[in-house]
Amino acid sequence: MSALSRVVRSGVGRRRVQTVVIALATLMAVASAVVAGSLMVASNAPFDHAFAAQHGAHLVAQFDPAKASTDQLKATGRLDGVTGSAGPYPVTTVRPVDEGGGHLPPVTLVGRSAPHTDVDRLNLKSGRWPTKAGEVVLSSGFEGPALRLGATLHTSDAADSTALTVVGFAHSVGETADAWATPAQVTALASDDTRVTRQMLYRFDSADTKAQLAADRRKLTAALPAGALMGTESWLDTKRAADRSAAPTIPFLMAFGVLGIVMSVIIVGSVISGAVGTGLRRIGILKALGFTPREVVRAYVAQALVPAGAGIALGVVLGNLMAMPLLEDTETVYGSASLSVAWWVDVLVAGAALFVVAVAALVPALRAGRLPTVEAIAVGRAPRTGRGQWAHRAAGRLPLPRAVTYGLAGPFAHPVRTLAMLLAVAFGTVAATFALGLTASLNAVGSAQDPEDRAPVTVFTGQPRSGPGGGETATADPTQVAAAIEQQSGTDTYYERTQTDGTAVGVSGAVQAVLYDGDLRSASYEMISGHWITGPGQVVVSTHFLNTTETEVGDTLRVTVGKQARTLTIVGEAFDTSDDGLRFHASLADFPTVQPQMFLADLRSGVQATQYAMKLDQTVSALGGQAIANSPSRQDNLILVLDAMAVLLTLMLVSVAGLGVLNSVVLDTRERVHDLGVCKALGMSPRQTVSLVLASVAGIGVVGGLVGVPVGFALHGYVLPKMAETADTGLPKAVLDVYDTPELLLLGCAGILIAALGALLPATWAARARTATALRTE
Amino acid sequence: MTQVIELSGVAKRYDSSGAPALGPIDLGVAQGEALAVTGPSGSGKSTLLNLVAGLDRPTSGTVTVAGERVDQLSEHASARFRRERIGMVFQFFNLLDDLTVADNIQLPAQLTGTARRKAAARAGELMELLGIQKHARTYPGRLSGGERQRVAVARALVNRPALLLADEPTGALDSASGHDVRELLVDLHRGGQTIVLVTHDPALAEAVASRTIHLVDGHLALDTQAEAVR
Repeated sequence: MSALSRVVRSGVGRRRVQTVVIALATLMAVASAVVAGSLMVASNAPFDHAFAAQHGAHLVAQFDPAKASTDQLKATGRLDGVTGSAGPYPVTTVRPVDEGGGHLPPVTLVGRSAPHTDVDRLNLKSGRWPTKAGEVVLSSGFEGPALRLGATLHTSDAADSTALTVVGFAHSVGETADAWATPAQVTALASDDTRVTRQMLYRFDSADTKAQLAADRRKLTAALPAGALMGTESWLDTKRAADRSAAPTIPFLMAFGVLGIVMSVIIVGSVISGAVGTGLRRIGILKALGFTPREVVRAYVAQALVPAGAGIALGVVLGNLMAMPLLEDTETVYGSASLSVAWWVDVLVAGAALFVVAVAALVPALRAGRLPTVEAIAVGRAPRTGRGQWAHRAAGRLPLPRAVTYGLAGPFAHPVRTLAMLLAVAFGTVAATFALGLTASLNAVGSAQDPEDRAPVTVFTGQPRSGPGGGETATADPTQVAAAIEQQSGTDTYYERTQTDGTAVGVSGAVQAVLYDGDLRSASYEMISGHWITGPGQVVVSTHFLNTTETEVGDTLRVTVGKQARTLTIVGEAFDTSDDGLRFHASLADFPTVQPQMFLADLRSGVQATQYAMKLDQTVSALGGQAIANSPSRQDNLILVLDAMAVLLTLMLVSVAGLGVLNSVVLDTRERVHDLGVCKALGMSPRQTVSLVLASVAGIGVVGGLVGVPVGFALHGYVLPKMAETADTGLPKAVLDVYDTPELLLLGCAGILIAALGALLPATWAARARTATALRTE
Repeated sequence: MTQVIELSGVAKRYDSSGAPALGPIDLGVAQGEALAVTGPSGSGKSTLLNLVAGLDRPTSGTVTVAGERVDQLSEHASARFRRERIGMVFQFFNLLDDLTVADNIQLPAQLTGTARRKAAARAGELMELLGIQKHARTYPGRLSGGERQRVAVARALVNRPALLLADEPTGALDSASGHDVRELLVDLHRGGQTIVLVTHDPALAEAVASRTIHLVDGHLALDTQAEAVR
């Protein structure tokens, strides 16, 4: 073994604590950089990647089995331009009822014997594929506390409805269905009320534009008897919707990604340069023994690279492990599948970390290599002069215990190290502040969801119609339904609602008109500006609607519903992202010929929605209507997932910040071990020693908090509107103003907490260090 | 006469298989006595001093200082004992470079919770006594070796300790400064201060100490008091 190797090995082995800290800090920094990088990659065109991986269907077509035979449908897979096909599968639409009696939205149920086919290779996320009648696999979007493996669904309210046990959750990027059962099971559901048709999935050699897909569709139509093709769904529409829902999360992931990467660089840089900087005396001795400056530099860079290399290797592994659950969450958010850490992210992060380590070690090592030998030895042992003495004088005047004031002045002796520690604490606080704000905002978005979803009970004036197209057949008299609701005990308030096609000047094509009557307050959306409709003559629209029609609150809007055209005043801008935000909300009174489709009832506190709905249904079903309790499974997965991601990412960044502090305090404590020994010899107790070390980071914690909280606050104020901007919506005050003063003050304490947690371990070491040994330390 | 230090069967081993670094020895030091501990390097002088100061614990035997069983004290109690009963002077001064002379001297008083004004008054009194008052706001790095050692002595005396321990107090000084410190210790002894002085310097031992013990390989090879009795 060469002399240089021996020096490196002994250097790594002798300072075990520092070696472990370097390895740990690089491990955490690299792990967070891998996670951050993976998330940033995952947010780049996620739909396209997942669609390609699943061999998604460019066109989902529905055929009338009465007009085209199975052989005829299979033959369409061999048409010119068709590169892949799957099916025909039996398909129907059901409105399942969960175990609690809640109704799920209409579900497209497809009969498939296997998840992996030429087209639309489903990602079976949990459970197994149905093998017999009575089993169903649901789209992973349904998975939640209310719908889990083993849960039972009924295909309708009818007493003789089919029970289906949930045996798995799967994901189709192209959204070809909401649920899958065996073909025999789906076929068996056919009845007078439930129509079963056929589904075919196609891939084409050219399907990048609407025109190409229209041409492909024409080929299918031409190849089959007239009227056989009932309808198609284009992958471009699914992609547009997926991109729209994914877009708001990109600034969020970018913010965390950038925070993670910047923090990793700071921590690795400060840890390594600090470690090399404290080895100056040893460097002097090596030079005195005849090592050349170049050998010294090589020795110290290598000495940093050994533990850092181990940390980097383990960090890449840990990063991949940590990224997996987060990427699974990202899959849910993006509706994509099989996302994994890109190999090049691992290579890039590891390479960049090695580079940062090498540069961070090289700078102080070069300085040490250039130092004259005598000076290098002296730097390690001569009394420090000047730096930070003024701080000790000032701190000594504070009316605090001496151990505390002595500690408070400590950071001023090492301004660069203190700055690195300050940055680590500040970044940790930024992450905590941002994440808390983001979580609160996302929860506020959740509470500001469509009021229709908030109502515990919905009363339809018609019965839902099964089969493609769904919809209701209106039969009940709204006046009688309203009377039934009013007479039902437990009713608090209710309002009437109808959603129908309409038009608006400034928007090409149809828009959705949502019309209300009754107690309008309960129907109110969160408002971005203006107010909710209070009566006739008023209209409320979304930000996207205002932008599309180039109008603003206070302007008038010419709208048409059926044959009734009205000029209404825009009285408010609502936080409404449904139907692409292209719908308007107005009073039913302005359109007297339109009948309400549903009543939405709020219940008095303590009233059970399911029991209320069952009781009311007995009355309204006699009138031709239907009352149902809404299923709690209608939860916003995106919000839950983003909440979870924010918590995980914050914990990771705060841990990295804590490790940065730990490293700096370890270096400081080691440098000051002799001074601490003197203090202990003079009678400083272990408790006073701990308070001295903790006080040395308290100031950094306070300043880090003071810097981090406003920056985190500002980041939240920047990222949230960006997220909203990508979704073409403004944000109501309830979503933006989520911080209150006590919360901000508590967040300010996060800096102190990070600093104190990082310093606690070295403080305990300092308190336990043997005084006699410390006194002998040079 | 009251015993300030009582060592009974005290031995210290750093390595369980090797010979003891010290003892077993029995030793008593009376109040007002100035004891010089001499001996070659590795003879156990510093070990003896560390045991008396409560910085280390004996492997066997008991150490009683100013009526307190030092060998049984917890870390916290040992720290409290040192700041209240012991003053220490080191060969290399061990002053804190980032504190002024006055702050260095006041530090042990402040650790005991003495009010700042009272600690400052006591420090001023000692600086005047030791002739270093003009350096009150100076940092130790700018003082000569002799001046630094005076500061160290002032710091050791600030809490009026029952016992002053001095480990080679002139070992790092030139002869003029060494002479000054020697005179200072002589004066302190004359004033009734109990002193244990570890030194290689026979002249210092002779000038300051009323009694000398000589250690060789951890054992008491000579005790002038015993010789006198004999």
